[in-house]
Parts: sequence; structure tokens; C-alpha cells
Amino acid sequence: MFDEYNPLDEKIFQVIDNDGKIVNNKWFPEIDNERLLKAYRDMLLARTADLMIVSYQRQGRIYTYPPSYGQEAIQVATAMVMRDEDWLVPAFRELAAYLGKGVTLKEVFLYYMGFEDGSRFLNAKNILPISIPVASQLLHATGIGYEIKYNKKDQVVFAFVGDGGTSEGDFHEALNFGGVWKVPVVFIVQNNQYSISTPVSKQTASKNIAIKSVAYGIKGIKVDGNDIFALFQAIKTASEYARSESEPVLIEALTYRKGSHTTSDDPTLYRTEDEEKEWDMKDPLKRLKAYLLNNNLWTEEQDQQILQQFKQEVDRQFVEAENYPLYKLEDVFEYIYVEMPDDLKRQQNEHENFLKWKEARK
Amino acid sequence: MEGGAKMKVMNIVDALNNALDIKLGEDRNIIIYGEDVGVEGGVFRVTEGLQKKYGAERVLDSPLAESGIVGTAVGMAAAGLRPIVEMQFSGFAYVAFDQLISHVARYHNRSRGRYKMAIVIRMPYGGGINALEHHSESMEAIYGHIPGLKVVIPSTPHDAKGLLTSAIESDDPIIFMEPKRIYRAIKQDVPEEKFLVPIGKAKVISPGKDVTVVAYGAMIREAQRAMVMAKEAGISVELIDLRTIYPIDKDTIIQSVKKTGRIITVAEEPRSFGVAAEISAIASEDAFLYLESPPKRVTGFDTIVPYARGEHHYLQTPEKIFYEIERTVKF
Ligand SMILES: Cc1ncc(C[n+]2csc(CCOP(=O)(O)OP(=O)(O)O)c2C)c(N)n1
Ligand SMILES: [Mg+2]
Repeated sequence: MFDEYNPLDEKIFQVIDNDGKIVNNKWFPEIDNERLLKAYRDMLLARTADLMIVSYQRQGRIYTYPPSYGQEAIQVATAMVMRDEDWLVPAFRELAAYLGKGVTLKEVFLYYMGFEDGSRFLNAKNILPISIPVASQLLHATGIGYEIKYNKKDQVVFAFVGDGGTSEGDFHEALNFGGVWKVPVVFIVQNNQYSISTPVSKQTASKNIAIKSVAYGIKGIKVDGNDIFALFQAIKTASEYARSESEPVLIEALTYRKGSHTTSDDPTLYRTEDEEKEWDMKDPLKRLKAYLLNNNLWTEEQDQQILQQFKQEVDRQFVEAENYPLYKLEDVFEYIYVEMPDDLKRQQNEHENFLKWKEARK
Repeated sequence: MEGGAKMKVMNIVDALNNALDIKLGEDRNIIIYGEDVGVEGGVFRVTEGLQKKYGAERVLDSPLAESGIVGTAVGMAAAGLRPIVEMQFSGFAYVAFDQLISHVARYHNRSRGRYKMAIVIRMPYGGGINALEHHSESMEAIYGHIPGLKVVIPSTPHDAKGLLTSAIESDDPIIFMEPKRIYRAIKQDVPEEKFLVPIGKAKVISPGKDVTVVAYGAMIREAQRAMVMAKEAGISVELIDLRTIYPIDKDTIIQSVKKTGRIITVAEEPRSFGVAAEISAIASEDAFLYLESPPKRVTGFDTIVPYARGEHHYLQTPEKIFYEIERTVKF
């Protein structure tokens, strides 16, 4: 696959078209129907949650949030391939991937409601917290890869970054270290065309992003990031290669951030409605749904039914998060150090004295 | 304020934009760049409209790379340009620290004066806006600690314009930190014409006799509110807006503390090794015999700034400031 879709040739790996029709039989992956339906439901759940969070944000019930709708196929395909023992190293726009790893919606809500506790990820094995400093997490992925190799573990790391992130030095260092150390990391670039307002054409003069793998001596492939079949095939092949050869792979997944950068961003300042419409036709959820409907695997009634179910579930977990206990003063101090310095304790005590004084004044 | 000058109501964002606009018009060596500063005009819109007016060669969206932004500015400055760059949030400036500490701060000295680093590095900083992690810190002391850099923080639209203009005209590198919490919160009449507010000069905002309160940036507003509470309690506060972190205006601080005998610094920074610590040291070293109580720091804790829901524990409130004012006066 890597030879056939060499990024130097500018080929894009695609399996279904915009109408959900198979255009690449050779690489059509074997996925049983149940798994495929689960993938669709996972994408739909992430989409539903995303859209609902945006409206909760407008109601003032949650703070700034970076929606990922439009990018679900990449994240769900990763979740399909990722094993329990594998590592997930997120950036900050991978809702469906976190959910696939066992993170709960409630935890995600807590995080964006302003609680560190949202990063506990109690039910998810081998996952790092959300990483806001762009691209910094990729080096952590390479470091984890070293541990896997060192202890001869049967694991792979899946590490995410955006197109903008490929401009940071950390991106290049992570790939370079990965190539030199030969570690099992699948680097996944969600190329959603923009870094806030800046189009990818202003990030790099390279013909594509996957091509950067060539310079680091590692495999790379450019994939249709809205085609779940292609993504599953590519990520699966990459992870098998990473696992068996202990080598990194760079996957560029071409997609579109359908929403705003975050809830405080206004995309009308920098992109056109025509462009948005064009990408609407490539919507990953629509494409998979078309495939499922065409093959009589799914019906509109089922779709409506499950959508209602998801909405209720999202709202249930959201309200649960809203009822989370108040943020206590101790919570500020508790995890700064493993061994809390005495002076820090003193600072906490001093502040408690102030709070008592304040209470007494009332 | 400047007599007879034509005035316009501006908030801090307007004032900064206006200063940039005037200087871009005056000097074609000025280049503005950073993440999303061109087409979008910056995430806080400080550079709004400037690309349209001056073209994409002078106001440009750079790739997403802070080290790249600051490192290229070093080269531009060495070659004679006067770059003004933006770090989208101060929490992401750390990526550029090698360029900043190893080069921006040192080139003039290293080249024995041959290369001037006429660079302004703008960055929004500070808490209180319910932001995500890395978007709320006040790490000005780090920059103050780096020999070779000057560090400026305005607290009003007027000063924002005057200080930024001075920063742009300075041949030394300036870290220009913008208190984003009050970007649009304060409106004021500001002269439309160019004017300068000198770097390195604090300002006595309101004279008083019992205790000196030094603050800067968004903390001025909080301190002013505390002052009202103090007044009700019969305490007269002398409030100083520091305006420049480095070079710090020792004279104004010492003069004030010699008069009041007491000093409190209010800052959003973590407690240890900070601006407030520096001011306490200045008071102890240079006005020791005048002190009637220990110099006091009202700052954040030595902790990471908590996420939005816990930030109220960390931020300085008028009540907390008043509490310390009262304790200091009653000491
Ligand atoms: C080091 C760093 N610089 C700047 C930012 C501010 N910022 C947050 S997201 C973003 C754009 C990221 O674009 P991209 O990598 O394409 O990811 P996307 O947002 O499109 O998912 C920027 C500039 C940051 N978080 N970290
Ligand atoms: Mg992007």
C-alpha cells in the first residue's frame, strides 16, 4: 500500500466515493457488518455530542470548545484499529477517538466546563490527556514508542496533530526521533484545511503533508480523511507495520473542520460558503450512511431512532457533569507536586484564613 | 491629558490597533506577523484591518511556529527591519524561548552593538476569561528575569497606545504583554495623534498616605475597587501603576514607600520569584528605615493556574486586596 500510494506521486488513497460507492475494490477492507454499523453509530454519537456541545456553549453551560464534526471518520477508524493496550496521544480535536478509547462524554464535558478532573479518563487505558500546546504531544508519543520497544511490548502509539501543527519544530523532531529510534508510532495528521484562519497553503510549500515522511526515512500515506473504509485500511496497515517492524508511519488524512475553530471563532472571516458546501458533499457520515443504505444494512427509521437515543444520552451525561461537586480550594493544590512543599501548604492555609475573614464579614 | 489633541473613545484593542496603524504608516521597515494576524486580524482582533490597508507583505499570517516567528524576527532585525510579532497567547511563547533568551536578548551585546534587536513581541496574558489550560497565566517575571529584554504591561487604552508606540520606536527588544481580560472592558478618550508613554516610568494613579499599592495590567482595576473599600475603612491608599516590569521604576516606588511606610504589590503571577517579590526587595533594600510593616505580596499561589472552574480561588479579588491592606495597616 505504501508503495502504491507513495506521497511523492501525490496520490490519494480512497475506497468509496462521495455517494458511498466502492471505487477501489482492491483495497476494500474486510469489515463485518456489525463492526461497520458500530462505526457508523460511533460517528453519529460523536457528531450528535459535538453539535449539542456547541449549543450548550451558546446557552452558557460550558466554556470554549473545539468542535470536531466533519472529522469523525479518522477518529472512529483509529478507534476501530486501536487495541486496549495501544496508546492514544491526543491533540484537542479528537472527540470520537477519546470515546473509542473508553473516555466518557461526561469526562469530556467536565474538562470543557473547567475541571481538571475531566482529564482523569478513569475507564480508558493508555491515553494521555488533551494537549493544547500544538504538536508538543508528538514527542511524547515518540517517547512512549521508545518504552514499547525497550520493554518489547506488543503495542502501538496513535498520535494526533493538525495540519497547522506540522509547522512546529516538535512535529519534525518527533518524526525524526521516531525514524532514528525506529519506534512503533502512527502519526495521524488531521488535515482539516485550516489552522484557525490560516489555510494549509500558508503552512507548507510541500505538495502534501504525507510527503514529509520521505525526509525522515519513514513510511507515509495521504488518505481521504472522510472515507472510513480507506482510513480503516490505511490505519490498520500502518499499525500492523508499526507493530511488526517497529517503525513509525505518517498518515495525512484530508478532511474539513465543518464547525468553527472553537466556539469563540468566526469562520465567515476567512472561508466561503461555497467551500463549505463543497466539503458538505464529502461529509464522512453521509458517505458511510449512503453505503449502509445502499447495501440495506441500515434504514432511515433506525437512524432517527438512534439519534433520539443519542441525544438523550448526551444530555443525561451533560446534566450529570453539570451536577459535579464544586471546585474546592484543595483541588488547586493537590496535584501540583507528588510531595507538596511546606510553603505551598502555608499558602493554602493563608488563603483559608482570608476566606474565614470574608465569611465573618458577611 | 494632552491638551487640545483630537480625542477618540477607544478600548485597549482599538488603542493597540491604532498605534500599529500609525507606525506602519510612518515606517516601511515595520513588518507585522504571527499566527492568524493577517486575514483574521488576530484572535483578539488587535491587528484587524491592517493587512487590508498595508498589504500581505507587511502584515502576514505566518506558519504555526512560535520559535520560527521569533527566530525570523532576529534575522529581520539584524538586517534592519523592525518586526512586530504576536504570540497568540503568552502560554505558547515558551516554544520560542531559545530564540528569545539565546538571541533576541543577547544579539546587541554579542555583536558589541552592531546588531540592534528592534523587535516587539506582543502577547495577550493573564486570567479571568474562563479559558482553557495555558491561556490564563501571568508569567511576566520570567521575562523580567532575562537580561537584555524590556517588559511592558499597559492597564489603560491611553497607556496601551503610548507604550506600544514607545516599544515600536525602541531599539531594544520589548516584550509587550497585553492584559486580555480588560482588552475591551475599559473605554477611554485617547488622542488620535501619535504620542509616547515612556518605558520604565510607573505612574501614581491616586495619591494617598497610609499604604502604597503597586499593581499593573488587569490588577489595577481590582486594586481600585479595593481602594474604595479601604477608603470606607478610613485607609488612604496610594495606587501606583507599574506600567513597565523591566526596567522597573525604583524611584517612584521608593518615593512612595518613604511617604506611606507600607507597601503591597498586587499581581496575578505565582508568588515566588516574581515581580511582587522584586518590589518587596526594593522596598526592603532602599527604604528599610521607613517601613512600618513588612512589604506584602498579593499574588496567585505557587500553583498552576487552575482551570476555569477553579480560577476564582487563584485570582486576586478586591476583597483579598483589601484584606491585606487592612492587615498591613494594622500590623
Ligand atoms: C504552541 C501553540 N501555539 C498556538 C496555539 C493556539 N492555537 C490553538 S489551535 C491552533 C491551530 C491549530 O491548527 P491545526 O494544527 O491545523 O489543528 P486544528 O485546530 O485545525 O484541529 C492554534 C494556533 C496553541 N494551542 N499552541
Ligand atoms: Mg487544522
